[in-house]
Amino acid sequence: MRAKDAVGRYGEDVAERHLLAAGWRVLDRNWRCRDGELDLVGMDGDELVVVEVKTRRSAAYGSPAEAVTRLKLARVRRLAAQWLAAHDVRAASVRVDVIAVILPRSGAAVVDHLVGVV
Amino acid sequence: MVLGRTLAVSLVGLTGHLVDVEAHLAPSLPAFTLVGLPDASLSEARDRVRAAVTSSGLPWPNRRITVNLSPATLPKSGSSFDLAIAVATLAGAELLTAPAGVVHIGELALDGRLRPVRGVLPAVAAAVAAGRPRVVVPVANLAEAQLVPGALAVGASSLAQVAARYGAEVDVPDTTDPVVVEHQRAVAPVLDLADVVGQAEARQCLEVAAAGGHHLLMVGPPGTGKTMLAARLPGLLPDLVEADAVEVTAVHSVAGTFDPGDGLLVRPPFEDPHHTATPASVVGGGSGIPRPGAASRAHRGVLFLDEAPEFSTAVLQTLRQPLEHGELVLHRAQGAARYPARFQLVLAANPCPCGKAVGKGLDCTCRSEQRRRYFGKLSGPLLDRVDLQVELVPARAGDEAGDATSVVAGRVRVARGAAADRLRGTPWRTGAEVPGGWLRERLGADGSLLHDLDRALDRGTLSLRGVDRVLRVAWTLADLDGRAAPTRGDIGNALLLRTRGQGA
Repeated sequence: MRAKDAVGRYGEDVAERHLLAAGWRVLDRNWRCRDGELDLVGMDGDELVVVEVKTRRSAAYGSPAEAVTRLKLARVRRLAAQWLAAHDVRAASVRVDVIAVILPRSGAAVVDHLVGVV
Repeated sequence: MVLGRTLAVSLVGLTGHLVDVEAHLAPSLPAFTLVGLPDASLSEARDRVRAAVTSSGLPWPNRRITVNLSPATLPKSGSSFDLAIAVATLAGAELLTAPAGVVHIGELALDGRLRPVRGVLPAVAAAVAAGRPRVVVPVANLAEAQLVPGALAVGASSLAQVAARYGAEVDVPDTTDPVVVEHQRAVAPVLDLADVVGQAEARQCLEVAAAGGHHLLMVGPPGTGKTMLAARLPGLLPDLVEADAVEVTAVHSVAGTFDPGDGLLVRPPFEDPHHTATPASVVGGGSGIPRPGAASRAHRGVLFLDEAPEFSTAVLQTLRQPLEHGELVLHRAQGAARYPARFQLVLAANPCPCGKAVGKGLDCTCRSEQRRRYFGKLSGPLLDRVDLQVELVPARAGDEAGDATSVVAGRVRVARGAAADRLRGTPWRTGAEVPGGWLRERLGADGSLLHDLDRALDRGTLSLRGVDRVLRVAWTLADLDGRAAPTRGDIGNALLLRTRGQGA
């Protein structure tokens, strides 16, 4: 496994812990289909939330949230529909969140949770 | 609070509008949008502000930032909003507390320094008029901002300095060199009327023009001193009164031709556009909100058109509106700008294309139709507005220099004082502005005074407007000679001065 993949996976762990601490139910993680992958799928109350997690080790090249492009969000949205089609989950509504994680060389990870970005 | 706000000023022509700059920070994907009808140069403020904030050592908020310039329907342009946008954004991010009611003006460099902008004087004046006297401007514009009465202007050399003043935790680099624009200080050449040899008539004409603010046409062969004389006219004019000085300085500030280090412009400006000038360069123009041209830069001063018949007809015709109304209204798709343009017009022309048709015109090699066409460009409505027309002849070896500028300027000052006394309580200040009816009423009961004029009118050498204009010059002649009212001789002289050139 390459270093950047390890960083990404660790960032997703951090994000999952953050969501669980916030009282969410995490339904799925790294769900793959032909078109791509969803990082996290969870329930915030009765709202289904598809979460894109972006992790960086520093903000030297910009905040991780800045690296989530419009194209990427469009794909996440499309995948959310596919996930719903494949699973029997009744949600009051669906939204897309972005969780930006910065993993500094020392100290705790910094989590920035952006709600409802689409 | 995710909302930061501060104030800026948008200039449309010389009119400043107070603009609310609001920044809203939403927890969403990082973005930076600017709304409120910005033009291209203002849209680029986003990139400058972001670079300047990070260069100053402040964190850039990773939020969806929407900056609104309100009133959102007023078109805005230029780089002077940079500082206000940065302050509003940082206030929205709670990095600093922007004091209410302070206006911010200035362009940001990418390293966070503040660059001077054009039009600070009218912008600050608008802020003061709107009841917001506290203004932050770039250090290089501070002298200009302080010229506005009642302004509480503060200079800043960098964004970090402004942010630190408002409580941001940021290191202010003390070695920041403020951006100072090196104005090329035009060493005003000392132009003295004593330099002109001979041309006694033309010099007298120039004196009358200076005393009454009359427009002047000089016709003569090349090398007789037309240009020299015209360049010496501003030296004869008195200093501008304060209200005029502020207005003139504001125009030059918008045009970017003004050195704030010298304070208000108190000397009448002198503009001499080349004869290849376009209408847009003379009356003002440009995309978006038009900028002032040579006619407005000559406001309360002298607009000199050398080789006037060589100017394009379009340029000469555009001057008719400002000659009549004293201001220019320039309409563009984005709005109309209004600039003052009450200048004194001085025209110089050769008598014909070869320039030798003086006296009997025996040396002239031009065909009569060439001569007609050459001067035809000037004739008509434009020439009818020129009160003084003088023909210059080549100087002789024995000709002597006349009075120096200081002597003539003294006589002009006395004459202007007499005119001002007479016109006290009226909206006019010089003889050239007064309507004819008012002048005729003051002429007294002596009907014989108008006899010569009536005859000229009957013969058709003078139009009705021409009669009024001759009367104005006659009053100026009386002022120069210290008489209370013009005599028949003054009117005869004035008639002579008007028709001596090609006009008769």
